Amino acid sequence: MIDTRPFRDSKYAKAIAQEIEQLSEGKNIRIVHVCGTHEDTITRHGLRSILPNNIKLVAGPGCPVCVCAAEDVDMAIELARMGHIITSFGDMIQVPSTSSSLVKERMRGADVRVVYGVNEAVEIAKANPEKDVIFIGAGFETTAPTMAVEILRGPPDNFSILTSLKVIPPAMEILVSLEGFNVDGFITPGHVSTIIGTNAFRPFAEKHRVPCVAAGFEPLDVLEAIRMILNQINDGRATSENEYTRVVKPEGNLVAQKMLRHAFYIDDAPWRGLGVIKKSGYYIRDEFARHDARERYDFSPIESIDILPGCRCHEVILGMIEPKECKLFGKRCTPEDPYGPCMVGHEGTCRIHHESGAL
Amino acid sequence: MAIIMCLAVPGRVEKIDGDFAEVDFGGVRKKVCVTLLPGLQVGEYVIVHTGYAIEKLDPEEAKKTLALFDEMARIQAEMDN
Ligand code: SF4
Repeated sequence: MIDTRPFRDSKYAKAIAQEIEQLSEGKNIRIVHVCGTHEDTITRHGLRSILPNNIKLVAGPGCPVCVCAAEDVDMAIELARMGHIITSFGDMIQVPSTSSSLVKERMRGADVRVVYGVNEAVEIAKANPEKDVIFIGAGFETTAPTMAVEILRGPPDNFSILTSLKVIPPAMEILVSLEGFNVDGFITPGHVSTIIGTNAFRPFAEKHRVPCVAAGFEPLDVLEAIRMILNQINDGRATSENEYTRVVKPEGNLVAQKMLRHAFYIDDAPWRGLGVIKKSGYYIRDEFARHDARERYDFSPIESIDILPGCRCHEVILGMIEPKECKLFGKRCTPEDPYGPCMVGHEGTCRIHHESGAL
Repeated sequence: MAIIMCLAVPGRVEKIDGDFAEVDFGGVRKKVCVTLLPGLQVGEYVIVHTGYAIEKLDPEEAKKTLALFDEMARIQAEMDN
């Protein structure tokens, strides 16, 4: 087993924090990350408290469950009501949408099953040839290749995927174009970068002159990424760098990228709280249409409501407010009975802040 | 185990059989799909996400990063004295 403990060593953390303090002296710096697992590392290890006050670490749209549009969840609910077997990740089935959630449908008798990965959903399809089995496939570039593998491997005919797969760089483009959204550097997601490579963020970093650094998920990884961003700022550079060299390659995983291209095409996609973002979603190619739930089933048109009244998820997702600034936080909205999507997933900013007691 | 969708954890490859491998996560062995990593060898470390190995973990690179931290800690200690 690889020993990850040195990546949590407080002696190193102190040294990096000291350098961060020296490098950022006299400047107010706002660093945004776009990954729920980074937010988890940051909150769990109290990284905000060891950083100097002039550095603000903000959580951007980094939770696939939170940004999954209500219309996608509404489609999943409709499929469950048709009597098919619905499979998905544990977080996904709890996401509230316009009027229900998959968990609520299950309580009403729908066959909704939690799986750990899409391969388990394929196994369920093989074991139940008389039923239609649909996998609700939400995720970013990290998760999309796992679905590409199954589509290309040739799953049974009764299996299809309702994709809600998002591409991260276009969402970052939207963020920097928002009025009042200041950012001095991005910590880019380590496992998204694993697939698409740090090179994929270079055009973005250069175009907007914002330093980007891909980071791993130990506390020292995040601190070191901040230090690397500050170095870029002080040198007047803006490019895409790699802190997570033990895993991420500049070019990414080329085999995964090839499979993504074979299975999917990229088109506009709706993000909860952000609206439709151009060229930001993976969709299943026509030649695999029988495994594409969007093509296979007729959905009745319904008016999906992304953000329920009172919920401020869209502002949380954009890093505009802290979860505790929402009036419902910890009251009407708790992990046990989530009102908004950011309270659902283990990567949801509201959920993470609630669990860490950041009241 | 919590299903964190972008979470991926490292493990050691113990056995490979076609598209699948047995991976050891600190004592717990699991069957993992390795289609995304052709040419994988027994004894290598992989990062696993929702049952799929998405990349190898390079212990030499991990050491280099730690050596850098070590150097920083040494320099800071000298400055503190
Ligand atoms: S606390 Fe709940 S209602 Fe408020 S923004 Fe977060 S998810 Fe939405």
